[in-house]
Amino acid sequence: MGQLSGPTDPTADAHWEHNHPRKGFFTDTSICIGCKACEVACKEWNHNPQDGNLELLGSSYDNTGSLGASTWRHVAFIEQGQDRIVEARESGRALVSLGMPRIGPPAPAASVPADLAEADTTPPDTADFRWLMSSDVCKHCTHAGCLDVCPTGALFRTEFGTVVVQDDVCNGCGTCVAGCPFGVIERRSNGTVKVSTSREDQHAAHPEVPNAGIAQKCTLCYDRLVADETPACAKACPTTSIKFGDHDDMVEAARERVADLHAKGLTEARLYGANENDGVGGTGSVFLLLDEPEVYGLPPDPRVPTADLPKMYRRAGMAVAGMAAAAALAFLGGRA
Amino acid sequence: MTLSEFDSFRPSEPARRRREGGKRGTGRRRDNGDGSREMPMVPEPEFSSYYGRPVVKPAPWGDDVAIYLFLGGVAAGSALLAAGGQLTGRPVLRRNARLGALTAVSAGAVALVKDLGRPERFLHMLRTFKVTSPMSVGSWILSAFSAGAGVAAVAEIDRMSGNRLPLGPLRNVLQAVEGPAGIEAAVFAGPLAAYTAVLLGDTATPTWNAAHEELPFVFVSSACLASAGLAMVTTPVRETGPARNLAVLGVLGDVVAMKVMERRMDPVAAEPLHQGKAGAMLKWSERLAVAGGLGTLLGGRHRIVAAVSGLALLSASALTRFGVFEAGLESARDPRYTIEPQKNRLAARRAAGVTGDAITTGS
Repeated sequence: MGQLSGPTDPTADAHWEHNHPRKGFFTDTSICIGCKACEVACKEWNHNPQDGNLELLGSSYDNTGSLGASTWRHVAFIEQGQDRIVEARESGRALVSLGMPRIGPPAPAASVPADLAEADTTPPDTADFRWLMSSDVCKHCTHAGCLDVCPTGALFRTEFGTVVVQDDVCNGCGTCVAGCPFGVIERRSNGTVKVSTSREDQHAAHPEVPNAGIAQKCTLCYDRLVADETPACAKACPTTSIKFGDHDDMVEAARERVADLHAKGLTEARLYGANENDGVGGTGSVFLLLDEPEVYGLPPDPRVPTADLPKMYRRAGMAVAGMAAAAALAFLGGRA
Repeated sequence: MTLSEFDSFRPSEPARRRREGGKRGTGRRRDNGDGSREMPMVPEPEFSSYYGRPVVKPAPWGDDVAIYLFLGGVAAGSALLAAGGQLTGRPVLRRNARLGALTAVSAGAVALVKDLGRPERFLHMLRTFKVTSPMSVGSWILSAFSAGAGVAAVAEIDRMSGNRLPLGPLRNVLQAVEGPAGIEAAVFAGPLAAYTAVLLGDTATPTWNAAHEELPFVFVSSACLASAGLAMVTTPVRETGPARNLAVLGVLGDVVAMKVMERRMDPVAAEPLHQGKAGAMLKWSERLAVAGGLGTLLGGRHRIVAAVSGLALLSASALTRFGVFEAGLESARDPRYTIEPQKNRLAARRAAGVTGDAITTGS
């Protein structure tokens, strides 16, 4: 057992003896065009079954809904007016002026103006309206809540530092679903519960669902990684919004990109998951967002629940002692 | 969004429907009163979220798991009462508590297996021992407890049937290990009653996670009063003196731990404990616990009053488990309970000058 929170190398913690670099994504939402090629490529490669009945959800162009057992990439669409852009720009500027301590190697001679208050923040080619599009995915956390609480050992840490479910081991207990602070992993239902109306009959003929009843999530295309291939979503992305590579390189690329955007006055840009001191020890999938994380459906301050597990065990120990004492007292009192 | 410069002359739109209570104004207000915005597709929440969709996923657990929470507690407390009866010479209490423990733990285990996505793989739970997984630790506790409780209860059944179980030479072994088995079950009773609280606390489900410090105390108290209630129902009053004491202690612990828990939790994350179905169940749970406790204290020596009080206590414990369980699931279904406490604690840390541990960074 490695440490339960804080910065660490998850692969070494899992006792991998060889030295693969940790792999990860950098999803730059500022250049996402919402084409959903990543969703399609993921479904195709991983043989993921249909999710739902292809109904329209009434949430902009997002009819996928959310990440789940059969949806391992999810493109979020948010439509915002000018006032929200201004707010996002302000909240991003506030983040910069917080003077976050830099993690990792020192900054390249970045072009971030020391004081963004003086920067020209006129949006370059905006816009009293904007689309936010972001391809969400499993975060492959340094401290993965799902992995920590899995009782069977079905979830494991790969040599690439990612988190993968072993389909033949998982017994579908569902603890990981509650353990994930990002709501990513889910237990796959067998699909037969989905009742179709006659109008949607053409979509109702679900092929047989593989791996029903067990937890499923993004594997960062483990089968492709072992063959030295790029994950399907990153390979399919036409704008390089989804980048794949060594985790350290991804974080570095993310930092350079956010500095670039800030220099252009786009102070709404911020990184999500690039800080190894955060509640999950940093994520394997780093994101560049253009608004607060909750706007994209991401938790603003996730914390791996297992970080508090030693304290919980201590409290439970005290409760057990209390119960034993109460029982002893009950019998001694009863005798008197 | 302003589409044209004349839009500002439109009459203003009526104020939006507010969330119930509407007391938390941490969300952004987009309404600038000039009606110059697009009509929203979804009602505007008080906080930002992605179309009101949940951030975390609720555990895919049905009522089976809540039933197990209750039955596991009953089994644990019963094993303690049985061991006490065994050590202090109360044969009827010992017998009934042992039988109660085995029945409860067996039914609970069946409920657990039934709730798995792949029930046929239930033995995978014992494939490894993982201290970071309360479910794994709990599976081993449950197994160890069941072994002791099973042996002790089978010995009772054999005795009740006049040594008619087809045990052969094993009867002597059974009679020899019966006592130690009862004690072994009692040793694992406390952990069995408390681990489920850790199991719920060690999740990203907002209400459960926020309750992680006090929930073990609530659960062991609930186990005490439920098992004492069962003993008061099944056993004549002359042997249930200790059960009555345990019931009163359990009620005290339950009520106090629950109050402390609610006070120390994040106020937003505690809301589901007071609202809807979960709120109603927890309110009735408290009433029944107090009523059962008073009945035990005042009329516990009367057989009928004792049995009625025992039933009240059992119901109180079941309602506590179902209430806490349901409140947690509810808190996962509404993004507000994930986002607001997290935003508040992040803001509090920043106000205190801690700026290095946020997941969102400017560089």
